[in-house]
Amino acid sequence: MVTIITDPIDMNSAYQHVAADEAGAVVFFFGTVRNNTQKRAVERLEYESYDAMAIRKMQEIVDQACQQWNVQRYAVIHRKGNLQIGDMAVLVGVSTPHRADAFDAARYIIDTLKKEVPIWKKEVFEDGEVWVDAHP
Amino acid sequence: MSKTVSVLLFGITREIVGTSSLATAIPPSGEIGDLLDTLRERYPALSGLRSLLVAVNGEYAELNTKITPKDEIALIPPVSGG
Repeated sequence: MVTIITDPIDMNSAYQHVAADEAGAVVFFFGTVRNNTQKRAVERLEYESYDAMAIRKMQEIVDQACQQWNVQRYAVIHRKGNLQIGDMAVLVGVSTPHRADAFDAARYIIDTLKKEVPIWKKEVFEDGEVWVDAHP
Repeated sequence: MSKTVSVLLFGITREIVGTSSLATAIPPSGEIGDLLDTLRERYPALSGLRSLLVAVNGEYAELNTKITPKDEIALIPPVSGG
């Protein structure tokens, strides 16, 4: 399952989706909204996505991970819209027969997602806002 | 009359240009790089970005990729998902 949603991410249903009888390991990564960036207080984040391309790129990344590691089942869910401190912005879950593959595959998926998938976030502060990483 | 193509804008490029979709003329060369140059001239703030990629029909494209009016073009400023 690879998807982009506006509603809160439901980790229980994601777990039900990822768990597999063949898997002895399930690893989940949750990316959450932090209350500061470089010690500046963040009020909220606004996420925006080029949905069609983002979903395709996420699927490509997952397919690469499935070729490289013995992934049984997976879920990659990214949330968009306005997110508050503590909200879950992204979930990556994989199940594999043994734990090393699960850690490595989950790490690869989130690291590559952050580099390649067309999703953007704006940090909103009390006194301004900034698109993350947009400028040198 | 020159042919036009629509360009999707997201994040900071949407804010710089002031709209989420822009109809613009396809350059005589038909190449992405020349389209980008035209947009940078019209919206100088685009040149201040750390990077600016272009997607054609949902795939990252090279500067010499040729485009037609049917293509879906999107400007991709530095991504920051996760």
